[in-house]
Amino acid sequence: MLTRREALLGTVTGAATAALMTAIPAARAAAEAQPVDMAKLPRERVELVAPPFVHAHRQVATGGPKVVEFQLTVKEQPMVIDDDGTTMQAMTFNGSIPAPMMIVHEGDYLELTLVNPETNEMPHNVDFHAATGALGGAKLLDVNPGEQATMRFKATRAGTFVYHCAPAGMIPWHVVAGMSGTVMVLPRDGLKDETGKPLRYDRIYYVGENEFYIPRDENGNFKNFESLGQSYDETLKLMRGLIPTHVVFNGKVGALTGDNAMKANVGETVLFVHSQANRDTRPHIIGGHGDYVWEQGKFANPPAKDLETWFVRGGSAGAALYTFLQPGIYAYVNHNLIEAAELGATAHIMVDGEWNDDLMTQVRAPALIASY
Amino acid sequence: MRLMIPAMVATTVALMLAASPFLHRPASTGLAPVPTVPLDAGSFDFRLPGEYLEADWPVDAPKRKVTFRRRFEMMQYQVSAGDYARCVVQGACEALEGSAAASAKLPVTGVSYRDATAYAAWLSASTGENWRLPTDEEWAFAAAERLHDDALGLPRNTANPAERWLARYRAEAGAATRDAEPKPLGHFGLNSKGLADLAGNVWEWTTTCYMRATVSENGEVVDSNENCGVRVVAGRHRGYISTFVRDGRSGGCAAGLPPDNLGIRLVREQPSIIGYVRGMWARTMG
Repeated sequence: MLTRREALLGTVTGAATAALMTAIPAARAAAEAQPVDMAKLPRERVELVAPPFVHAHRQVATGGPKVVEFQLTVKEQPMVIDDDGTTMQAMTFNGSIPAPMMIVHEGDYLELTLVNPETNEMPHNVDFHAATGALGGAKLLDVNPGEQATMRFKATRAGTFVYHCAPAGMIPWHVVAGMSGTVMVLPRDGLKDETGKPLRYDRIYYVGENEFYIPRDENGNFKNFESLGQSYDETLKLMRGLIPTHVVFNGKVGALTGDNAMKANVGETVLFVHSQANRDTRPHIIGGHGDYVWEQGKFANPPAKDLETWFVRGGSAGAALYTFLQPGIYAYVNHNLIEAAELGATAHIMVDGEWNDDLMTQVRAPALIASY
Repeated sequence: MRLMIPAMVATTVALMLAASPFLHRPASTGLAPVPTVPLDAGSFDFRLPGEYLEADWPVDAPKRKVTFRRRFEMMQYQVSAGDYARCVVQGACEALEGSAAASAKLPVTGVSYRDATAYAAWLSASTGENWRLPTDEEWAFAAAERLHDDALGLPRNTANPAERWLARYRAEAGAATRDAEPKPLGHFGLNSKGLADLAGNVWEWTTTCYMRATVSENGEVVDSNENCGVRVVAGRHRGYISTFVRDGRSGGCAAGLPPDNLGIRLVREQPSIIGYVRGMWARTMG
């Protein structure tokens, strides 16, 4: 997560470099025409952090393009996906569902090393929706257990993009077993409103939504399989029916509630990045709004304003910027409320600060009708 | 004295009935004897359930001294899934969803208030005893040191209603490890009164209705309104759940922390004429 201070730093730098950045489209075309001497580009290695947090980053780029190095290690492991202890034979990047968010700036090169330890059973790869060619890079990253590979792509389009595992023959299974994440390519001069005015955030939360398909036994209880391979047939059968048993944020029912609820203060601006690799969803903040929303997640388009609910297509990630105006407990839901309340797609945001009576006030508390 | 007369009559009738072959006939329910814990008469300070407003602003509920003049008995353990399944087999209780293994070692969960009262009626009819759900006061008295005082202790804040919402959320989030998987009976240990698993991860239905009240500055209830479509569930913190809801997690509100599971623990009334007559009636007719 980004601190307020870093975000403010971003604002200052942004003002200084804003003029330079207007030349970016032309620079991009030139770079595409001439080979870049990669050896001369600065390199940065970034350690990924588990969602809903994201690694420290600048909202506005300093200097020119660079190569940003990341590593993902595939972990096939059973994971508990609800409060009842229901366990899924999961496949993950770095052990989290969703996989970590990687952030670069437009024009940077994202260089990924994918490690598939020999303790795993399956071949894996990564299809980056932000990348161009080779099935999103998947063709260059096919790794069997005991192998690793490195691939680099140029981040030519600004926005939030899904990445996911896409091994031949079993793409959907790997995705619904947990193998999806998000890349955020920020414009070099940061986010902007429809007039080009800078937009900045004090905090960023990355909400990855996944739907799971867990087979049940003859008594209706969720099955606990001993291995990935054993779970395959029945899981696939259930997947074909398209009705998930769980729809969750951050890998588990209730993962972003209670002690793990998201936090903010009144007056702070929060960027919520919402990613769903497989199925449509409709994020909504109960009691709040989306001030500026990139529903399709692509920052070259002007953000929509004042949305109540936004639509994130399956296979994409969207971004919504909101400044909290009232304290309290907010529910952040998928506003198919059946999925939110019955299947798990509910998170909470605890917001501290002063109440604004002008925005809302209790005129008279509930009382007996006769006493009114 | 008025209380004494029915008690005396009951004792006499009980002694008479004890000789009757009906009562000695072994129960056909397959139920093992239900271990209970006697709770001696006594008094305690009880935080009233429900929501309280003072001059239109939420405040902590006032406390009242509650006295139990007679000893009562409560089940030492929560009703097991196995015992509830017997009630289902006999057609007196509704089957549960998902039918978790009907184990005698696990508490029954996923039961509504209606299910809980149906079970109490069946157990009473099957045993000739008088079993019922406890009131919230009885549960709190029995819980002793396991009782969570849901007062927030905040000064009345007329400028920021969110302060209490946040404080309530933090209090309830902090207490929970969020492991909702039912544990074997006895897992959460005994309290000082010898009752097992109070305030574990299975909340227990009570007969107490949800209440909203207006209080004066000195804590006197000025006005109140009961909603008996919603009952108090007692546990790690108090919950208020509609009588037909079996899973508080899906029946709960969007921004609160609901009970992990809903279960049953019953009180056994001291023998009374009504209990014996009802029991006899049930045996004769059934």
